[in-house]
Amino acid sequence: MHTGMVLCIQDPSPLSRTKQAWVKGRGFLFNRSNQLKREIMFTKKNKHTGFTLVRKRVPYLFILPWIIGYLVFTLGPLAFSLVMSFFDWPITGDAEFVGIGNFAKMFTGDPQFYNSLLITLKFALIFVPLNLFIALLLALLITQPIKGMEIFRTIFYLPAVVSGVAVSIIWGWIFNSEYGVLNYLLSLLGMEGPRWLIDPKWAVVTIVIASAWGVGTMMLIFYTDIKGIPNELYEAASIDGAGPIRQFISVTIPSITPTILFNVITSVIAALQQLTLVLLLTGGGPLKSTYFYGLFVYNNAFKHHELGYASANAWFMFLIILLLTLLIFKTSSTWVFYETEVKKGKKGGRK
Amino acid sequence: MKITRKHKIIVYTLLVLFSLYFLFPFLWALITALKTQQEVFSYPPKFIPDAALFSNFIEAWNSQPFGVYFKNSVIVTVMTTIGQLISCSLVAYGFARYDFKFKNILFILLLSTMMIPWDVTMIPLYMEFNMFGWINTLKPLIVPAFFGSAYNIFLLRQFLMNIPKDLENAARIDGANEFQIFYKIFLPIMKGPLTLVAVLNIILVWNDYLGPLIYLSDQSKYTMALGLASFQGLHELQIIPIMAMTLVMVIPPVIVFFFAQKYIVEGLSGSIK
Repeated sequence: MHTGMVLCIQDPSPLSRTKQAWVKGRGFLFNRSNQLKREIMFTKKNKHTGFTLVRKRVPYLFILPWIIGYLVFTLGPLAFSLVMSFFDWPITGDAEFVGIGNFAKMFTGDPQFYNSLLITLKFALIFVPLNLFIALLLALLITQPIKGMEIFRTIFYLPAVVSGVAVSIIWGWIFNSEYGVLNYLLSLLGMEGPRWLIDPKWAVVTIVIASAWGVGTMMLIFYTDIKGIPNELYEAASIDGAGPIRQFISVTIPSITPTILFNVITSVIAALQQLTLVLLLTGGGPLKSTYFYGLFVYNNAFKHHELGYASANAWFMFLIILLLTLLIFKTSSTWVFYETEVKKGKKGGRK
Repeated sequence: MKITRKHKIIVYTLLVLFSLYFLFPFLWALITALKTQQEVFSYPPKFIPDAALFSNFIEAWNSQPFGVYFKNSVIVTVMTTIGQLISCSLVAYGFARYDFKFKNILFILLLSTMMIPWDVTMIPLYMEFNMFGWINTLKPLIVPAFFGSAYNIFLLRQFLMNIPKDLENAARIDGANEFQIFYKIFLPIMKGPLTLVAVLNIILVWNDYLGPLIYLSDQSKYTMALGLASFQGLHELQIIPIMAMTLVMVIPPVIVFFFAQKYIVEGLSGSIK
């Protein structure tokens, strides 16, 4: 105790600091078990500091694996790729500093950059709303109080656990324009199916259909959220004379807006990075109609060996994703309602 | 909620239609895998093969070193799962149960790694692993898992945040040290969310194609995903063995999913909030 007091007097620092010094001084005085008990009492007395000598280093030990991993596998490579984007960096031979040369080439000297960017945005524009719509529709279907719903839930989620390699092989066979079963089924309905993977106009559609097969994860996220909506809300709406559609618009949708936001962001990011399917299903073709941005970066790096240029490409997409996420977040305050806000509002109203 | 007859009919119709979309491709893959070469390329396509040739599966399995691919996939999947379980539980515990300097900044950094597109770090990571001499080994696919991943850490942290603080304080009074508290008290409670992390990791890693594609060049190191993809590229007309092996590749994650369905549904509802 005395040491602590002395330290307090010697070190006229802000309050929180003196408390820490106090702890340090005390730490040397007590034996270990005593110290632990003391510390708990101390912690209770001073909620403000919250941690003590022993516990001060321990948290960092727990998160150490991630910190090391972050430095070695994320931050380091991230910084290095930023550096590379300012270099002409061949796979063998010396790298040469080119300033913003790679970015200049991207915007002025490479028509493929714009093509890939446009195709990817087009894909995202079709895929994201469609995927959200299907996921929400399926989630609504499997929350209906009907027998056998667990089986349907399992069926709908099943493709989500399947590898992109398997997805592209299976769908590639179904879409096959000569022997494909899809066009045969369409012909039974009196329709002539397009040459899915060969016609540049339809290739993107095939990617959308095959990607939407994995909608199950998003469906489950919606499903668990819709299940959590209190039944009283529906009962109240029902008493007010709201039909099923009205209930959906006024009760279900507002209750799940945070989840919609989450799903919009994750699916936009996923859509902009789609690579496995185009690599295996179409290879970017026909006539580069599915040469997505991910494939553009991948080929620049591992096929054309322009490592600096590919890094610049990748950083550009990174910035787009950051900006889009930020934009979605910013606009979200107008249409996303959080439970806590509503509760606060209610309490205020009652007062 | 009351359900009218009309309502019921609409719901069932939609359910069946969507089931076709989700199930038929699997079924068609199976039908194809059991056909003869002639049946596959006949028109109109046959929906029931004359004789179901299960021997197609054995022939396909032996036509390429699929045994090796399968073994490699199992090694990578098991090792990464062990790595993720250890590292993510430690890190999540650190973030959830302690207060420390820079905690919030570090946690935001952790979450922001989820937004980094994988191709930004792809090239430097390749160079880094090349420097370690790890190219064409399974190490680049395994080792990073021992340093945690943002999504799994986030998932476990959300769970740990909901446990009352009294738990570890009581243990401290009894003289347990900080690691003992984690190991003996918290780890057993985390069984559910840890199962979820394991399942998600198994599905993710088993299916991964781009990682093996970049880091592996020797066929003896291929995983199932890479082996299957290269098989497809080699023999475009060999659709029967390709379909058979595609189904073989699909089976393990499907089995895992069936056993762990409960954890997935429950875990997802916890993670968003």
